[in-house]
Order: sequence, then C-alpha cells, then structure tokens
Amino acid sequence: MARVLINVPRTAARGEVITIRTLIQHLMETGYRPDANGVVAPRDIIRRFTCRYDGEVVFQAELSPAIAANPFLSFTTVATRSGVVEMSWEGDNGFAQTETRDLTVT
Amino acid sequence: MIHRALMLALLALPALAQERRSGFEDMAPQTQAMQRDDTSNPGMLWALEGEDLFRQPAGPAGQSCASCHAEGSMQGVAARYPAWDTARQAPIDLAGRIAQCRTDRQGAPPLARESQGLLALSAHVGQQSRGLPIAPPADPRLDAARVQGAALYAERRGQLDLSCAQCHDDHPGRRLAGSIIPQAHPTGYPLYRLEWQALGSLQRRLRGCMTGVRAEPFAYGAPEYIAIELFLMSRAAGLAVETPAVRP
Amino acid sequence: MITPRRLFLAAPGLLLLPRAAHATAEAMAEAVRGFTGGAPVTRGRVTLDISPLVENGNTVPLSVVVDSPMTAADHVRAIAVFNERNPQPHVITAQLGPRAGRAMLATHMRLATSQRLLAVASLSDGSFWSDEAQVVVTLAACIEG
Ligand code: HEC
Ligand code: HEC
Repeated sequence: MARVLINVPRTAARGEVITIRTLIQHLMETGYRPDANGVVAPRDIIRRFTCRYDGEVVFQAELSPAIAANPFLSFTTVATRSGVVEMSWEGDNGFAQTETRDLTVT
Repeated sequence: MIHRALMLALLALPALAQERRSGFEDMAPQTQAMQRDDTSNPGMLWALEGEDLFRQPAGPAGQSCASCHAEGSMQGVAARYPAWDTARQAPIDLAGRIAQCRTDRQGAPPLARESQGLLALSAHVGQQSRGLPIAPPADPRLDAARVQGAALYAERRGQLDLSCAQCHDDHPGRRLAGSIIPQAHPTGYPLYRLEWQALGSLQRRLRGCMTGVRAEPFAYGAPEYIAIELFLMSRAAGLAVETPAVRP
Repeated sequence: MITPRRLFLAAPGLLLLPRAAHATAEAMAEAVRGFTGGAPVTRGRVTLDISPLVENGNTVPLSVVVDSPMTAADHVRAIAVFNERNPQPHVITAQLGPRAGRAMLATHMRLATSQRLLAVASLSDGSFWSDEAQVVVTLAACIEG
C-alpha cells in the first residue's frame, strides 16, 4: 500500500465549497528515463484518480507522465450531506488504492 | 594545540559575517509554499510512514520504538545531534542512533543508510523538533570531531579544487548554473529534494556537493560526514529545525 | 578566493543535462484538438497559475481556475493542461461538474525544459476557453552523477 496524505475537512456547513487535497507516494516513472546503464525504465504511473462523494463521482483526473512523482491533487466539492468521501488511484502494473474519509455536514 | 584552540574560538564566533539564513529563504516562493503546507509537502509521506514504523513491533521481543520511547519523548532530540555515543566512544548522528536502537535494543534486522525505513524514522523523529532552535551539545568529547569537520569544510577538494567554504561562505546568494548557493545550514534533514523526487539525508546532500566538484565522496556513515555535520550544526546553532523540509 | 569566472567555468561540470525527445507545437495542437474535437478555443475565463521561473523542473506547482458559476445550467465540464516540450504534450485532464462548486484544479507537474503551457476549459455550453503561460526552467547544480 502506498502512503497517502489526504486533507478533507471533518465537518462542513451545507452548501459550503470544501477543498480536498491529496498526496500519494508513487514514483511516476515516466517511461523516458534511462537508468545508470542507459536502459530506459518502463512506464509506471498512476493514470487515473477518482473522487466519489456519497457514491457519486464529483471529480476525476487522467494523469500523464508529466505529473510529478508523489502526485499532488487539489480540487473542490460542495458539501451536500453527511457521507463518505472516497478517493481512488489506479495505474500501471495493477496499481489500485482506495481511501475514504467521513464528512459530516451540518 | 594552539591551532585547535584557535579553531574552536572561531567556531564560537557567529559563523558568518553576514546574517545567517536557512536555505529555505533562498527558495522560490512556490517551493517555500510547498514546504509550509504539510498537505503539499511530499516529505510528509515519509514522516507519516516513520510514525507507523515507530509503533510497529519488530525483533524477537516484539517491541516497537514506542515500547521504550513515550509519545513526545523525541521532541528536541534532532536539534542536539550529532551527539556522543558512549558505547562506541565516537560521535553519532541521529540516523546512526536510530539504526543502533533498532539493532541493539530492538534486536530487529538492521536498517541501511538511506533506506526508506531509516529515512522515514529519521523524518518522524526529526519532525518532532520542528521549529526548535538547533542546540549543539556542549559536550567537550565532540570538540575534536567538530574541529575535524571545520577543517574538512575549509579543505579544497576534487578536480575543481574547491572547498565547501569557497561556495557557501564566500559566495552564498550567488547563482551557480541557476541554483542559488545557500549558506549550507543542515536545518531540514532528512528532506524532500525536488531533484531527487524523494526524501534524502544530509549525507546524500553532501555527496552531491562532493561529486559536484568531482571529488570522491565518503562512504555513507563515514566519520567524516558526522564531523562535517557537527561543524555545520554548530555553525547553524539557533536556526530552527525544518524537518522534513523541501529543497530544489 | 574563487572568482566569478572560476565559478562560471566550474558550472558546466556540475550539470547533467537530461535530454530526451520532446513534443512539438504541432503535437500539442493535435492533443488540444483531441480534447476540443476541433472546436474553436477562445482566450479568457481561464487562469493558469505557474511560476514563470522554475528552479527545478521535477515538481512544479500549478493551478487552473475557471471563471464559472458552476450551476447545473452553466458550468465547467473539464479542464485539461498541455505542454509543448515534454516527451508527451498531455499533462492532465480533469472532469468536473456543478458539484465541484468552483472550477479549480491544482497539481505538481514535471517540466523537461523551458516551454509554453496551455490550459483549456470545456464548458457546458460547448465552448472552450484557455490561458497559457511561458515557463523558464533553470537547472539544479550539484546533481548526482
Ligand atoms: C528496548 C528499548 C528501546 C527500543 C525498542 C528502542 N529504543 Fe531508542 N533508546 C533506548 C535507550 C535506553 C536509549 C538511550 C537513552 C540514553 O542513553 O539517553 C535510546 C535512545 C534513543 C535515541 C536518542 C535519544 C536522545 O535523547 O539522544 C533515539 C533517537 C532513539 N532511541 C530512537 C529509537 C527508535 C527510532 C527506535 C525504534 C526503531 C528505538 N529507539 C527503539 C531504548 C530503546
Ligand atoms: C561549487 C560550489 C559548491 C561547493 C564546493 C559545495 N557546495 Fe554545497 N551546495 C551548493 C549549491 C549550489 C547548493 C544548492 C543546490 C541546489 O539547490 O540545487 C548546495 C547545497 C548544500 C547544502 C544544503 C543546504 C540546505 O539548505 O539544505 C549543504 C548542507 C551543503 N551544500 C554543504 C556543502 C559542504 C559540506 C560542502 C563541502 C564538502 C559543499 N557543500 C560544497 C554548492 C556547493
């Protein structure tokens, strides 16, 4: 499991626009980089990030090798009602990880 | 002996004529923002991993670091390393101490220098001194190594025949091929260097500066690095610990 | 004493220049067409924020904000970022909608070299808007050989 750092507020007022920030440990090997012996390392990146809130996709991103190692993403969503914010990352070589955070809307 | 006394006297003076400043100050505002905000500082991923490792049992007795070290007991520790290691009768850096605790006290398999686990634990321990002033111990047993560190810092080396001081004391703030030469204060280690795209130790940083002048770097863990670190820490006394920092 | 000339002479020795095949202006235009389906793109409503001078191309913070009410009737559907001189022109494409509340995206990207970047937003009315930025990448010194 890759280490992740997620920042989702625990509580928010209904209708409030909240900012979600995520960092995940991943090399994002570009597929263009020669190693010490001149052999190009095969591409190994996270290709897609999806954020579901209360079951509905609220944000999705397709990533290319131009995204930096240990990908950082920040975006917003409207706090509608209390529920689970689920974030998943999918990538090359079967990489898949899902994390959830509870959000209480008052 | 006179020579040594003089060196120590020089060390006691404010290290540089100009205002001392962390490498943080020389960074672009965007890189500073990345360090300031924990959720965008990739170094925090390693610190978090270290926090987990600290609580994870390892070794035959199934003890974790936390079994012997209470929550909060690591506060301020990183600010006063390297320290004197009575067992080995030599100075030891923080990573060395952690590795020692792991093998000798925990009885767990050793963690190599620059391994992910040792960097993570060092970042977690270091983070607990964040914001505290660097406070080198007054232990006189460290003096000889500190003097050696000062000499290594002043010594010209490599095909380019440059000393650390020629860049970091004579030309800080100047640009060297796009990079600003910092004053070389070891305030943020282990840190996330954008160039590495990973967390790395002070020794890795020093290796970069040595190969940069085409000098053969010392092996990881070499006493020379610990001597240089002792000198750099005394030169940086009072500056705040930034671990895990971000640098270009 | 080390003279500025000495330092200057020393500098190339400290550099390792990663050079790879890179995308071109045409490749970028092609990638943009892939996103817009060939629809016209108008300058405006989009703000691409990235430092004009970058000290290390490995991790460059960038953000895109689009001026939009983000209502069901009028919102941003997607934001894409393209570059001219990385090996591939595409950086990121984000799908969003009214539930985002704001049309905003921030990430860290890689820049192989100094170049032009383009952010394009796809709006719910079928229009496309953009902003561009020119970025200069300086090279890190003392790179490990
Ligand atoms: C069996 C108990 C035990 C375990 C397990 C243990 N330590 Fe220690 N640790 C000690 C003792 C005892 C000392 C020495 C205290 C002294 O001499 O001041 C020490 C010293 C240290 C110090 C130096 C503290 C200072 O003030 O200078 C650090 C840092 C440290 N340990 C980190 C760790 C880490 C990280 C782990 C897990 C990998 C760990 N220790 C596991 C017992 C333990
Ligand atoms: C040719 C000039 C040059 C020499 C000689 C040199 N360095 Fe450096 N050093 C640099 C530059 C430039 C940087 C910043 C690198 C960057 O940002 O890419 C740096 C960075 C550092 C840092 C990191 C500071 C921070 O904020 O984290 C330390 C510590 C350091 N050097 C110590 C040393 C030591 C010790 C030596 C001698 C063994 C040495 N340097 C020799 C140019 C030099």
